[in-house]
Amino acid sequence: MKTIQWRTTLRYGLLGGVAALYFSAIGMVELFAGRNLVGTTINMGHILLYGGVVAAGFLAARSEAHARLPQRLVIGLVAGLVAAVPTIALVLLDSVWDMEAIFVSMNNPLIRLLTLGRGLPGLGMFLAVCGALGLAGGGYNSMPGEHKAAGARALALVLIVAIFSDLVTQVMSNLFGRGSLSLFFAGKALKPAVAIVLFVLMGAVFYFRAVRKARTPLDPEKVKVDKRTRLQRQVVQFVVVGIILLVAPQVLGSFLSQVLFEVGRFVLLGLGLNIVVGYAGLLDLGYVAFFAVGAYTMGLLTTATGLNMGGGVMNFWLALPVAVLISVLFGILLGFPVLSLRGDYLAIVTLGFGEIVRILALSDWLKPIMGGAQGVLFIPTPHIFGVTFDTPQKMYYLVVLGALLAAFVSIRLRDSRLGRQWMAMREDEDVAEAMGINLVQTKLLAFAIGAGFSGLGGAIFAARLGNVFPHSFNLLISLNALSLIIVGGMGSIPGVIVGAVALVGLPELLREFQEYRLLIYGILLIVMMLNRPEGFLPAEVFKRELHAEEGELAGTGD
Amino acid sequence: MANILIARNVTKTFGGLVAVNDFTLDVAENSISSVIGPNGAGKTTFFNCVTGFYKVDEGEILFGGGLIHNLRTDVVTRKGISRTYQNIRLFANMSAIENILVGQHPRLKTFWAAAVWKSKGFVEEEAAAVEEARRLLKFVGLQGLGDQLARNLPYGAQRRLEIARALASQPKLLLLDEPTAGMNPNETGEMTRFIQHLRDELGVTILLIEHDMRVVMGISEQVTVLDYGSKIAEGKPKQIQSNPRVIEAYLGRGAASGLKAVKAGKH
Ligand SMILES: Nc1ncnc2c1ncn2[C@@H]1O[C@H](COP(=O)(O)OP(=O)(O)O)[C@@H](O)[C@H]1O
Ligand SMILES: [Mg+2]
Repeated sequence: MKTIQWRTTLRYGLLGGVAALYFSAIGMVELFAGRNLVGTTINMGHILLYGGVVAAGFLAARSEAHARLPQRLVIGLVAGLVAAVPTIALVLLDSVWDMEAIFVSMNNPLIRLLTLGRGLPGLGMFLAVCGALGLAGGGYNSMPGEHKAAGARALALVLIVAIFSDLVTQVMSNLFGRGSLSLFFAGKALKPAVAIVLFVLMGAVFYFRAVRKARTPLDPEKVKVDKRTRLQRQVVQFVVVGIILLVAPQVLGSFLSQVLFEVGRFVLLGLGLNIVVGYAGLLDLGYVAFFAVGAYTMGLLTTATGLNMGGGVMNFWLALPVAVLISVLFGILLGFPVLSLRGDYLAIVTLGFGEIVRILALSDWLKPIMGGAQGVLFIPTPHIFGVTFDTPQKMYYLVVLGALLAAFVSIRLRDSRLGRQWMAMREDEDVAEAMGINLVQTKLLAFAIGAGFSGLGGAIFAARLGNVFPHSFNLLISLNALSLIIVGGMGSIPGVIVGAVALVGLPELLREFQEYRLLIYGILLIVMMLNRPEGFLPAEVFKRELHAEEGELAGTGD
Repeated sequence: MANILIARNVTKTFGGLVAVNDFTLDVAENSISSVIGPNGAGKTTFFNCVTGFYKVDEGEILFGGGLIHNLRTDVVTRKGISRTYQNIRLFANMSAIENILVGQHPRLKTFWAAAVWKSKGFVEEEAAAVEEARRLLKFVGLQGLGDQLARNLPYGAQRRLEIARALASQPKLLLLDEPTAGMNPNETGEMTRFIQHLRDELGVTILLIEHDMRVVMGISEQVTVLDYGSKIAEGKPKQIQSNPRVIEAYLGRGAASGLKAVKAGKH
């Protein structure tokens, strides 16, 4: 029999403990504790505080591949107990010296939380809770595969519903009336009974699905679908997605439509940057510049004060293509000086460009035109055929149209010669040139088209807000757009959408925690890079050889 | 026979190092010619001068009667020269067939934006290009592997794919940089036969670089030997094998493969 590696157990325990300690000391636990998830028993603070403990028990038990169930339970228990130690030490330290002087967040509410409201003796309970959770983590690890997956999914689902209850309640009240809410929710939290029922129900559903899938092995005859069925499926998918996009703002209401608008805006930005970074491999950190150009062009052309011409020169619909065009021109203009730069050098220089554009907009020199810090005010709301785009719901349609257009153009170009030029350049610039590819043209086209999408986003953004301020165009926008591409999957269009929802949409729903947005971003990016560097939805290889000859070659088996 | 490639007194230096020194070479149309020499002799550097990747310091290079040594790499390729690399340089994260499609780039003519509205010309050209890529894939013996990412292909297949990619532009002159590097004798024999087949089938002129003499002796019509950047011998394979300066160049460097090659050639 093998001996247990207690060092590993200890290490996982301490890691979980340090995570709990860290989130406590920076004040996250206390802030998050204000948000109940299930009744008043489980809140978001608990997730932060104890999540690492459960994970420690789970991982420690998993690292012992040959251990039997009782051993795993003991390992989990030990890891959980160890995980409690750092936090206990901190609380004890605080009882001797007041730690609030060092960690401003080490205040009484937090101590009360960590001692479960019982003063120092409560630490014993904290230890017990951690031990139990570690034990649970270890025990969970020993469950058979289907149970494990079903349990984890059901738990994740309940937590997601509870965490994003704003979204769920909004949809429910719009669909079934406000009365339906009190049946399931108490404030923002799920009612405990509802949570349990949901967990059991979904657990069962996931479990039986997994069992059924395991029982029916993949039948190659059934998996292979002929061209017509595939086409039909595609049409159905299109229609479903279209209907969802169409009715979403009606079902979701004003606030959530605003969130969707934000997501759409970043999908547009992401699609543009995806061409530059994802396809062409040109790391552009000044991408916000083109967004600013589009927004300012819209502002200056449509306002009475803009360009000092007395009266708006154009309406929204005329100004929109002009804004895109000017952004494209800027894309080419800023592309020229960086043609010969690669990698980090390109990143640094474009970073500078982004800042230059913002600072120029802020400058006194351009103040007579751009309005300096005051920006451009009173941009008229677009209207057409008697419809005025005066609500978030209506603006949402505009940005969705823009994003659809960008996605369409992206897909078409990706699957064409130009797309291959970009990707070849991304893979190996020298070889791409040796294949007869004109690098200057290929790079400038990437910058120009990327800038065009960004400018389109900027122009719509300006019309939506009704004003443009230089500070809306800071570096963070570029970084946001870049992060969402990385998280979604470089060069993947569905990835851009998933990335925008995850990094822009979800944080909007958790406005209470704005302060920690960047921290969560950072953690998410690190976890992504370590575990899934290709992103959530990596770009798929387009099947060209077997596509047409499916019948023949699938038959021969290679 | 006309000379398709002429290099006259080409010199290329890196700082103080003279990598190619006053090198003159004529490559006859439709031939298989080889440039051999020990490692570091300047063979790859010469290729880089021909393709326009390096600017020559002195001398001139003519292709099909026109000067090319001042042209950009992509322009040289469009004139009809393509190449492979000593250390395979495929587009690793693109599928095999997409690699070949990139190789066809100089032959595709429709306006890039036509892809957005899928003009008739674009659709037709694209379909023909994919068809041609499949054909080339088959030609180099890789059918069925077209949708694999290039980096997932086995070593020998990668070498073949690189040749298919180079052929895709329908070059008049194909430059192969140590196409058998890293192969065992079996694979080497197969590759040399394949190169011969290439020329006979497609009528493309082939200029080959090797540091292992054995590879080129069987298939080359003309061999040029480079040492320390300078040409030390030129002629038919038979003459080269018995040339004392060549033997010295290989033996002097202690290159065991050179010694073996010389012995093998003599029996
Ligand atoms: N880009 C470069 N910069 C500096 N030195 C180089 C460069 N490329 C090649 N060299 C040097 O030139 C000489 C010839 O190299 P190369 O042409 O690669 O030889 P080989 O005959 O093995 O292909 C070597 O000494 C090499 O170190
Ligand atoms: Mg070499």
